[in-house]
Amino acid sequence: MTGGRDVAGQTPVCEVVDLVKHFGPVRAVDGVSLRVDAATVVALVGESGSGKSTVGRLIVRLLEPTEGTVRLAGHDVSHLSRRAMRPHRRTVSIVFQDPASSLDPRLTVGGIVGEPLRLHGVASRDRARQVGEMLEKVGLRGSVAERYAHELSGGQRQRVSIARALVSNPSLLVADEPTSALDVSVQASVLNLLADLQRDLGFACLFITHDLSAVEYLADEVAVMYLGKLAEQGPREQIFNSPRHPYTQSLLSAAPVPDPSAQRARRRVVLSGDIPSPVNPPSGCRFHTRCPVAVERCSTEVPELRLAGGSEVACHLVADDGTGPDVRRGDSAPEPATAASGEPS
Amino acid sequence: MSTPSTNAPTGRRRPNAGDGPELVPTHSDEPLLQVRDLTVGFRTEDGRVSAVDQVSFDARAGELLAVVGESGCGKSVAATALSGLLPHNATVTGSVRLDGVELVGASPDQLRAVRGKEIAYIFQEPMTSLNPVFTVGRQVAEVLRVHEGMNRRDAMSRAVELLELVGIPTPRERIKHYPHQLSGGLRQRVMIAMAVACNPRVLVADEPTTALDVTVQAGILDVLRDMRDRLGAAVVLITHDLGVVADVADRVMVMYAGRVVERGEVHELFERPRHHYTVGLLGAVPSARTADGQQRLREIPGLVPTLAEQPDACTFADRCPAASDKCRSSQPRLDVAPASRHEVACWHPAGTDRAEVPA
Ligand SMILES: Nc1ncnc2c1ncn2[C@@H]1O[C@H](COP(=O)(O)OP(=O)(O)OP(=O)(O)O)[C@@H](O)[C@H]1O
Ligand SMILES: Nc1ncnc2c1ncn2[C@@H]1O[C@H](COP(=O)(O)OP(=O)(O)OP(=O)(O)O)[C@@H](O)[C@H]1O
Ligand SMILES: [Mg+2]
Ligand SMILES: [Mg+2]
Repeated sequence: MTGGRDVAGQTPVCEVVDLVKHFGPVRAVDGVSLRVDAATVVALVGESGSGKSTVGRLIVRLLEPTEGTVRLAGHDVSHLSRRAMRPHRRTVSIVFQDPASSLDPRLTVGGIVGEPLRLHGVASRDRARQVGEMLEKVGLRGSVAERYAHELSGGQRQRVSIARALVSNPSLLVADEPTSALDVSVQASVLNLLADLQRDLGFACLFITHDLSAVEYLADEVAVMYLGKLAEQGPREQIFNSPRHPYTQSLLSAAPVPDPSAQRARRRVVLSGDIPSPVNPPSGCRFHTRCPVAVERCSTEVPELRLAGGSEVACHLVADDGTGPDVRRGDSAPEPATAASGEPS
Repeated sequence: MSTPSTNAPTGRRRPNAGDGPELVPTHSDEPLLQVRDLTVGFRTEDGRVSAVDQVSFDARAGELLAVVGESGCGKSVAATALSGLLPHNATVTGSVRLDGVELVGASPDQLRAVRGKEIAYIFQEPMTSLNPVFTVGRQVAEVLRVHEGMNRRDAMSRAVELLELVGIPTPRERIKHYPHQLSGGLRQRVMIAMAVACNPRVLVADEPTTALDVTVQAGILDVLRDMRDRLGAAVVLITHDLGVVADVADRVMVMYAGRVVERGEVHELFERPRHHYTVGLLGAVPSARTADGQQRLREIPGLVPTLAEQPDACTFADRCPAASDKCRSSQPRLDVAPASRHEVACWHPAGTDRAEVPA
């Protein structure tokens, strides 16, 4: 029964502090602190393999942290046993990134979506009704309840897993790429649905995604991960309007726009250098091997996440008032130290 | 058979013409892959489900065809039907010709020889197509052993090169990992490495970049472009990401409820969408929805019908702003609009009824 209360005295639905998860030599998550308040959506974005899904699995305690703390509604659940975790399972749900492999092939869709209700002891007649309603909400016909997961398309399966996650009215939803397999129109309806439910039911949501436009629509806060650490974190407008970290800047510039002429004329910041490995992360700032503006210091000193001009940024080159280089303007390293290339020794 | 190639990942060439007449892209009029009236149905417990209805298209060597459309409209089923990969409860009719050779009804052996070598796939859900009990290195190497006849050792070192090509850091370490030890994006890249391993002539990429962040995505799109431009492959890219389509496609095919509803050159189609479904789809695009200051994202109202419900109608009629009685009683067919390479299956295409002058 510990702290985590902010100034307003509100206990965050979920809070992680200095979270670390190693898989053998792989340092998947290496010191991440985050909080998700009631009725807010925190988007977690970043490089593929940077540890986003691992953070999500740690929060719902499908994984046990190597170090650090996970609190749900103020309760430290970091090392709870499966059994002790059970009461919390009702309040947190997860939508997995790979819907196909997370749906039980022996159950019908109705059975899959009704499963959480069954575990909570909802009678079978009520269950069928709630399942039917939930399926319609995610844009599926009630009749798919009779089908098996392998008889559905990728996007239909994804909607089934969203329905399963929401049917039990969770207070925290961890949604790992919930819309990646959906066409934009269905995506729009699922995002609208999440926004509506989120407003009506007030659940908190950790929204893991690569889709920056979905982030712009849904998120209140954005956290950007790079190789197991947070590079930047702040309110949505702040991140989209004035990204401070060079990685955030290049991420925003790389998102393709749906207009063939404009897209082909666009200048993307192409990150040079190999993507480093989480087994042997670069010294200093983990981004320095690919950062167009890196200087000497970046390869030796680890930048701390600190408040700079409205968001929290882990970059030596950003001043306290938030001013700093913008790689989208074509800024490059000021000194002959130039953009470092290759792995550090 | 072609000789195993172990050169660097870039700058590789397809086997010489001397290896066999069939291996060089034809310059005849027939496109590399010609699909006609492809129709797929499934027998299920509640009767027959129609998934793909008389789909026709060409995939030409050196061209990237993007396929977009409503979730569940039959894109993946059509793509897997090309090389006979569907489950047993499926029935397939129509014709799929690869370089003049008919694949619908071909023997399992024939199809097995075609898959991987001639037509390769990047599947939508990497976890289900990778084998959980083998390391990823072994799985990539296996493709090379089967199709290129490489020995274990060469295949493994080529596997490392391929993983590197698709942007996997420290590939020498990664080959030892099992699929569950990889992030979603890494798995997807392993799939891509397997698909491009044998320089296929037709590459079918089903949502190849969905689990990838935009910077890695840009790299994968470069791999696809390279397959098209350097190796002259026909690339069929199924995606929901219209930004990706805008970036790499030459032509676009739009599907709705099992049918092709519109098809055209990419600039043309984005600038002048003619089917109302396409108009709705482009309108639901995030940038469009945020730009006009709307609070809500625009969606296309209604649910996708199942095909069986309306054999003699436009399947989009119930959700279409321009639908008339005719649309509910008669199915529109694709026809070429005058003076453009832009086809639409619609009785009242957008931009024609009203006097709209292009800017
Ligand atoms: N069970 C495991 N065993 C070993 N390594 C693992 C395991 N699970 C994850 N990893 C590694 O941890 C790192 C982070 O993986 P994670 O799935 O969290 O990434 P992610 O940010 O979700 O990426 P993506 O965007 O590709 O889904 C990766 O290098 C991955 O290979
Ligand atoms: N084995 C099967 N048995 C019965 N129906 C199936 C089977 N496989 C697919 N279907 C149905 O066929 C239709 C087309 O599915 P398909 O996977 O091709 O859709 P898709 O266009 O790829 O959608 P998405 O964008 O969601 O991946 C869907 O309605 C699906 O439910
Ligand atoms: Mg992930
Ligand atoms: Mg599909």
